[in-house]
Amino acid sequence: MHSYDYLWLIPLFPLLGALINGLLGKKIKNETVIGAIGTLAIASSFVISVIYFFRLLGDSQKVHEQVIASWISVGTLQVDWGFLFDPLSALMLLVVTGVGSLIHLYSIGYMHGEEGYYRYFSYLNLFCFSMLMLVLGNNALVMFIGWEGVGLCSYLLIGYYFHKKSAGDAAKKAFVVNRVGDFGFLLGLFLLFWTLGSAHGVWTVNFVEIQANAHLLGAGGAIVTAITLLFFLGATGKSAQIPLYTWLPDAMEGPTPVSALIHAATMVTAGVYMIARMNGLFAMAPDTMMVIAIVGAATAIFAASIGLAQNDIKRVLAYSTVSQLGFMFLAVGVGAFTAGVFHLMTHAFFKACLFLGSGSVIHAMHHALHHAHVHDDPQDMRNMGGLRKHMPITHITFLVATLAIAGVPLFSGFFSKDEILHWAIGSTHGHWGLWLVALFTAGLTAFYMFRLVFMTFYGQERMVEKAKKHLHESPAVITIPLIVLAVLSVFGGYVGVPELMWGAHRLEHFLDPVFGATMATYGIGMLPHSAAFEWGMVAAAVIVATSGILLAVFMYHMRPDLPGKVVASFQGAYRTIHNKWYVDEIYDALFVNPTKRLGTFLWKGFDVKGIDGIVNGLGKLVQLFSGALRITQSGLVHNYALTMVLGMVVIVAFYVFR
Amino acid sequence: MTDHLLSLMTFFPILGMVALLFLPKENGNLIKGFTLVVTIIVFFISLPLAFNDVFKTSAGMHYTEFVPWISVGEFFTMNYSVGVDGISLWLILLTTFIMPIAILSTWHAVDKNVKGFMALALLLETAMLGAFISLDLFLFYIFWELMLIPMYFMIGIWGGKNRIYAAVKFFIFTAVGSLLMLVAVIYVYYYAIQSGIDMSGFSITQFYQVAIPAEIQTWLFLAFAFSFAIKVPMFPVHTWLPDAHTEAPTAGSVILAAILLKMGTYGFLRFAMPLFPDATHQFIPFLALLSVIGIIYGALVAMMQDDIKKLVAYSSVSHLGFVMLGVFALNLQGLSGGMIQMINHGITTGALFLIVGFLYERRHTREIAQFGGLAKRMPIFATIFLIMTFSSIGLPGTNGFVGEFLILMGAFESQLRWFAVFATTGVILAAVYMLWMYQRVMFGELKNPANEKLKDLSGREIALMAPLLLFVFWIGLYPNPFFEKMTPALEQLLQQVNGTEIVAMVEPAQIQLPELK
Repeated sequence: MHSYDYLWLIPLFPLLGALINGLLGKKIKNETVIGAIGTLAIASSFVISVIYFFRLLGDSQKVHEQVIASWISVGTLQVDWGFLFDPLSALMLLVVTGVGSLIHLYSIGYMHGEEGYYRYFSYLNLFCFSMLMLVLGNNALVMFIGWEGVGLCSYLLIGYYFHKKSAGDAAKKAFVVNRVGDFGFLLGLFLLFWTLGSAHGVWTVNFVEIQANAHLLGAGGAIVTAITLLFFLGATGKSAQIPLYTWLPDAMEGPTPVSALIHAATMVTAGVYMIARMNGLFAMAPDTMMVIAIVGAATAIFAASIGLAQNDIKRVLAYSTVSQLGFMFLAVGVGAFTAGVFHLMTHAFFKACLFLGSGSVIHAMHHALHHAHVHDDPQDMRNMGGLRKHMPITHITFLVATLAIAGVPLFSGFFSKDEILHWAIGSTHGHWGLWLVALFTAGLTAFYMFRLVFMTFYGQERMVEKAKKHLHESPAVITIPLIVLAVLSVFGGYVGVPELMWGAHRLEHFLDPVFGATMATYGIGMLPHSAAFEWGMVAAAVIVATSGILLAVFMYHMRPDLPGKVVASFQGAYRTIHNKWYVDEIYDALFVNPTKRLGTFLWKGFDVKGIDGIVNGLGKLVQLFSGALRITQSGLVHNYALTMVLGMVVIVAFYVFR
Repeated sequence: MTDHLLSLMTFFPILGMVALLFLPKENGNLIKGFTLVVTIIVFFISLPLAFNDVFKTSAGMHYTEFVPWISVGEFFTMNYSVGVDGISLWLILLTTFIMPIAILSTWHAVDKNVKGFMALALLLETAMLGAFISLDLFLFYIFWELMLIPMYFMIGIWGGKNRIYAAVKFFIFTAVGSLLMLVAVIYVYYYAIQSGIDMSGFSITQFYQVAIPAEIQTWLFLAFAFSFAIKVPMFPVHTWLPDAHTEAPTAGSVILAAILLKMGTYGFLRFAMPLFPDATHQFIPFLALLSVIGIIYGALVAMMQDDIKKLVAYSSVSHLGFVMLGVFALNLQGLSGGMIQMINHGITTGALFLIVGFLYERRHTREIAQFGGLAKRMPIFATIFLIMTFSSIGLPGTNGFVGEFLILMGAFESQLRWFAVFATTGVILAAVYMLWMYQRVMFGELKNPANEKLKDLSGREIALMAPLLLFVFWIGLYPNPFFEKMTPALEQLLQQVNGTEIVAMVEPAQIQLPELK
């Protein structure tokens, strides 16, 4: 008998951390104490997560629910404060609390000396609390609390430097765009709840019950397609997919560790997690699955194309995140739930490492430029170059993570990305077109990531002369998380080595209790292929990745004059992708400005001129009449007496002569 | 004592008002302190209602009192008949809870003729409580009209620059509605007598029994609904609200938003819908349409405001649209959501008006462009403002979410499915207008030198907000104590309105509800 009675402690610790730092942080003042409280809070959750993870490994029963209390109880709607602990949430807990702990540790050094240090740690803990609620919730409403909670924390942390207008704008944009997604999430939930309830008598928002009863909706039906598409709209908001990805690049206004934790490793994967959580529902809607796969592939290549032409180190990583999330959606869209979750995990490792590495670079650049008294942009790669000599640890860890994201064999990203590519072409829900797009995107990824590496760490040192001597490696509190994440970026993939490569794919077996039944019921799986075909696919992926890397080596290392020439000869195309295909401008013209104009019209035109115009007009009319009637109200008693007499005469006359 | 709890609670403010008249006019703080104590005592008198578990099981009226009052032959009798059920319970408690906060907010805001202001405030409290406890339609009407006068003077005397226009507009809009209601009240009464029912006064429980033909119901319902719709206010008769709110002193705005607007929604629940169920069904699509227009319209107009107070006022139009949509869903989830959203709106919008008041007292302006970058100067204020902003947006974990979610879900399960879909866009728009306002006021650089020396909240101001914050999270995290006590009354209301048609009229979703089969 295995017990998971203290599951509730996992979200509770960071909540307490957030409250302590939020309420008392100003009095504590001491940065070390504040940072320690924040880090210990999430580290404690990590410890429990690890213990329970191993307990679950040895447990024959894989799905555990824990109900704390009733939350909302109104008629047929019964919602509990309840948690669900199964292989999927167990794995997510490890990722969130593990990567989260490292990033808290890193932040102690990175945020040193920032105003509102306590505020930062309070928000970061609050984020972890929300993310853990999202992951652990046993029903859609508790998940939604986490879902919106992480949105709130994202808002607060993007707007951390709130005195900058760009930060305030980005924060607001992130929340509002996510709300568009929430619109879908809510309607999907209503439709699901109402359909299952009224037509089949199952009134529930509980995930286990949804999974068990989803089949009642009828596979392939219009309703289930509508439900899943609405939920997917929610996912495109949170996970920055077309058409709602535009907030994520702007979100880079937040401190860099925030970008690593929230906008790369954890929160943005919530959409993938949500679909994986409701796999039984999505599997019944093949049309939705196809839409998800296409949107995922399209987002992947689209974002990668923008990543080619950005010069801000964090922006490149931001578009890369959007692109990699596209890979995850492609995976779940073709029924490769395990591969999607696998890539979610490896991506959390290498992308967190990349973002934290970029933070280390920015930190050093900022410091050096500051001491040199110049106002160059510390995030612009055109001011960098040759940093590997000054920052060896950052350089090595960054390089390792780049090899992982590029899909170089034996690094973690290779296994997860390869599995997605494999399913894209070979699964029952796959298509060679999807595979081709994904493969090409993998090549682009390798190219733009090595472009970034070369522009940052190799070649000439392009920063101002005075700044060079101030460049130095970051302190241990920053480099230790980098090293740990780099190690994970290498070995994190070994839990999912496929049988083809003489592995056992432990991850697939571990997640089988979550996905197995769905895959079997709806016939989702790999079509039979010969080993030669499969090895051919692997070879194609490796060749494409290598080509991307070699092209970057050629253009940005051997012939640094070349990129300028290429840009010069493709001016129009370059400007279009550099300006992100003008999507923000298009959205402004299509949605933002018309809404504002409508608001102004309704206010000044309809409210003030229209309704009040009528009301005031009536008032004027009454005044006009009363002006005429006032003549009769002379105030002279004999006039009134005369009127009364006349009136009586009329009445009497009426009765006499009728 | 419990025999006369409601009367004691309702008339205690008037007693206080009489005592107030003997206090020295010059000592403003004494008068304010005295009024505060009176309202706090009233709150404690009402508190046993909150702890009485009878509402969990019984839908009927409790704490009833009955005293024959006026009798003119057989043609006109009215009685002092009062009581409370699971619907009025929460509005009574909201009133007694908000009043001390409103009084405390005047400390530095009202310095002209303090005695008059406080006397009016106490009179207003009696009128509001009286309206919520009345079980006699005529008695209700008296209290309803009595509310109008103190609020009129509050706006007209203690208001802002444009106060006279706003006060007159407020008065005319509401008075027009009330007159129609009066005609309808009298008509119903004589109709009941003519149909041979032995009416003892204007008792609403007896009115509920009168079977009025559908054609007549239509007109009577319209008269009632028009009157209540103005008070709510529903689109398009909402235009008095922005002016009244903007010009009213802070305490007036708080009371107006938190309680007076609920008179309209309460009127629908207590009178218009159960008295005229056929007409209700007939007009639901139309009224739901107005509610949804109100949600979106209020939000769009709020977005473009450059006066913070007007923005909050228009957001009320949007929020009350949600309340009415939930009510018209005519199922338990929609009604419960509507009820809880009435409380939420009282708490959150009340708090937002207080927040605007804090700014106004410091800077004597409410223009958004005058601010910016305040978060750095006023961190406590920034935090509380942020929480209230997100409560207004309906962030899960705060009160706003529970209300909006149930309303939308209830509407989605009813015949109003498509209305619910459009109403859900209000969730997006709320984030737009609230966050944009918050950003312009609190974020950015502090550029205006007039804002350099702004002080953060004082102890008194934090004390004002603390109870409101408590309820933001209480209702957000554990709303069941509220639902438990309103459910029986709401189920009975559903039975009255839906009657036997229920199976034919509404979606299968309804059939599952207990007592409705």
